[in-house]
Amino acid sequence: MKAKIYVTLKPSVLDPQGKAIHHSVELLGFEQIQDIRQGKYFEIALDSQMSETEAQETAEKIARNVLANPVIEDYRVEIV
Amino acid sequence: MMNNSAITPEMVAQHGFTTEEYEKVLQIMGREPSLTELGIFSVMWSEHCSYKSSRVHLGRLPTSGERVIVPPGENAGVVDIGDDWCVAFKVESHNHPSFIEPFQGAATGVGGILRDVFTMGARPIAAMNSLRFGPLNDEKHGNRNSSILKGCVDGIAHYGNAFGVPTVGGEVFFDESYSLNPLVNAFALGIVRKDQIFFGKATGVGNPVLYVGAKTGRDGIHGATMASAEFDEEALEKRPTVQVGDPFLEKLLLEACLEAMRSGAIAGIQDMGAAGLTSSSVEMAARAGTGLELDLTLVPQRETGMTAYEMLLSESQERMLIVAHKGREKQIVEIFNKWDLDAVVVGKVVEGNRLKVFHNGELMADIPVDAVTDEAPKYNRPMDGSKFKAQAAKIKIEDRKPKTEDRGEALKMLLASPNISSKRWVYQQYDHMVRTNTAILPGADAAVVRVKETRRAISMCLDGNGKFSAINPKEGAKLLVAESARNNVCVGGKPIAVTNCLNFASPERPEVMWSFSETIDGIKEACEAFETPIVSGNVSFYNETEGRGILPTPTIGMVGLIEDARKIITSGFKAEGDLIAVLGETKNDLAASEYAQVVLGLTTDELIANGEVPRIDLNLEKTVQQTCLSLIDNFLIDSAHDPSEGGLAVAIAESCFSSLNHKALGAEIELKEAALSAETILFGESPSRIVVSFSADKLERISAIAEENNCPFAVIGKVSGENLSIKINGEAALSAPVAELENLWATSLENKLEK
Repeated sequence: MKAKIYVTLKPSVLDPQGKAIHHSVELLGFEQIQDIRQGKYFEIALDSQMSETEAQETAEKIARNVLANPVIEDYRVEIV
Repeated sequence: MMNNSAITPEMVAQHGFTTEEYEKVLQIMGREPSLTELGIFSVMWSEHCSYKSSRVHLGRLPTSGERVIVPPGENAGVVDIGDDWCVAFKVESHNHPSFIEPFQGAATGVGGILRDVFTMGARPIAAMNSLRFGPLNDEKHGNRNSSILKGCVDGIAHYGNAFGVPTVGGEVFFDESYSLNPLVNAFALGIVRKDQIFFGKATGVGNPVLYVGAKTGRDGIHGATMASAEFDEEALEKRPTVQVGDPFLEKLLLEACLEAMRSGAIAGIQDMGAAGLTSSSVEMAARAGTGLELDLTLVPQRETGMTAYEMLLSESQERMLIVAHKGREKQIVEIFNKWDLDAVVVGKVVEGNRLKVFHNGELMADIPVDAVTDEAPKYNRPMDGSKFKAQAAKIKIEDRKPKTEDRGEALKMLLASPNISSKRWVYQQYDHMVRTNTAILPGADAAVVRVKETRRAISMCLDGNGKFSAINPKEGAKLLVAESARNNVCVGGKPIAVTNCLNFASPERPEVMWSFSETIDGIKEACEAFETPIVSGNVSFYNETEGRGILPTPTIGMVGLIEDARKIITSGFKAEGDLIAVLGETKNDLAASEYAQVVLGLTTDELIANGEVPRIDLNLEKTVQQTCLSLIDNFLIDSAHDPSEGGLAVAIAESCFSSLNHKALGAEIELKEAALSAETILFGESPSRIVVSFSADKLERISAIAEENNCPFAVIGKVSGENLSIKINGEAALSAPVAELENLWATSLENKLEK
């Protein structure tokens, strides 16, 4: 079983890195790009004995306490 | 016109108004305000913007002097350094944001103070930071304190290094009262030609108003206002109260602003700091006695669907408001576009005194600006110092048994203690050399930065001592100003002006307000004595978490002038055989020392109960400083260092340690002071002392100058060997290899942080 965790800046928080990427993309000649925001992606391999609820809870806890900074970031967990 | 829902008592309370304050709003407006207007009043009348609890007292500070070009009231103070050059500088707190999100909080603190400086037309050439944290070994909060420290240091390095300003000095201090209550005071200094200083004034009726810099988002909108009826749950989630800075964008903003200033197209300029667009427009208009009309529809926005309320209160970083000379706005827009920044005309200066804000063709706010600033609440809050007096003399430090009787061990304990040990781990993360003007690196008594195109250099230091201030706020403030001046003197700088940041707990508590008022009196007395006026500053109240306040902590940023950069001196001993001497006198000042805490194990509360701080005689202090400057001026001494935390023994040890281009040296010291205990002589923290070293052939001239100035002066030993050995009244008191002492001192902090 695997947990996929996406960590992104909250929508209102300025994303300087995303802005820099956006700028580079524009310089390469891509048009009609309105905005780019970047984030982090994690894959966590979980013990296959775990129930899906347990896996979801564990992954959320890891995301909240370690991977994301809840003051400025949101996270999303997918169990597959 | 303003189709807002009616203002309910709940909304008034959520915006932080008292009943009387809201009555005053009604009286000024002559009607019920719209929600947008309520928001404007709320931020302008917040403690942060209006100084409502402190204004009564701040007026007592001395702010004028020969060199003062711009006194407090502008974005930064400006002081003349000769030949038409000036320095602009200020210190400001970013305590609360740094607690919520240490990295971004500290980073945007640096960004904000840099903007304050370049708004004046000055190019920033140096930054410093005064940082205070809870103990790293605290059982309950140690890990949290350590992560706050790491985050703040990382954030400062991130912003300062990327922007390209050297972080040249500052201080890091630990005490329990800063657990969950860190203090982050950021200082910046820039240089500017006297005829190129800019002001935050909206002058010239008909002049266009431009918004420049980053786009506006929903960052940092005042927490208290979040719960207004308009905002649903989802919207709350979208609104962080923390701002995120972009140092690369600020670098562009700096270059664009300076270029636009040189073009002559700018009439007035102000940065959008706390309370963003609101405070910048209100303050610019109020200073010039004009009115403003703004159309928020034109403001560059990062997010969709922002309301007038949100745009006015947003604290997005890296933005400025510019008033251009009529007809030259296009030139400004072109300059900013060249630097890849937004610049948009969003309004104009009008006659009268009203700020009118339009959004989507609708009038959203119509406020008399002079009333918002002039009639802001001003409180003379109750003060009570009886608690301080009642506590005094409960505890006798003589009754305490030291953790070690061995004075060598005691010195080692002190050198490794958090407040004395080297802060190398911190400042090595900062770029302190960028711009290649840094003459004295971090870790010294004061930092020194050369001023290119002149032979001058500027010295600067940032000091605070919450412990002394908590025990006796007035004497503590005097000691603090004296130490800042002495630190400048120790590198060869003549103190010229001061900026201050006053960090206190809640002003609604009478004992806090009393200590605030006493602090102001102390600063006033000392600044007058040293002829160093206050040119800028900031007050930070409500530094409390879980009902516990911080120690009263004024931070003093003192700037000194070195007329000839060849006369800069450092604190380390230079050569074997040099004589070591002390200017000043050692007195019975062990009571509030680091020794009392580290070796005798007294808590800060016990020191406060004991009620004793070192006594300072400002006349003696001035004599010592003048003598030292005169010795430096005549090229007579090779090192100078100020004994502070840990006293004479620690100061001598620090002068023995290796430094850039110098290896470690030992010293043989013999101290004679019959009336005092050995501990007091070694570790007492008497002010007004400077340890100097010089080659033996200079002794005669030095003694003569000391005598001429009537300054206490005593040779106490010589630079020799590889050990530090100290005899007191003929008896061996301690002896230890310098290498061992230095190792303890240098690695103690990093060992604690990297365990």
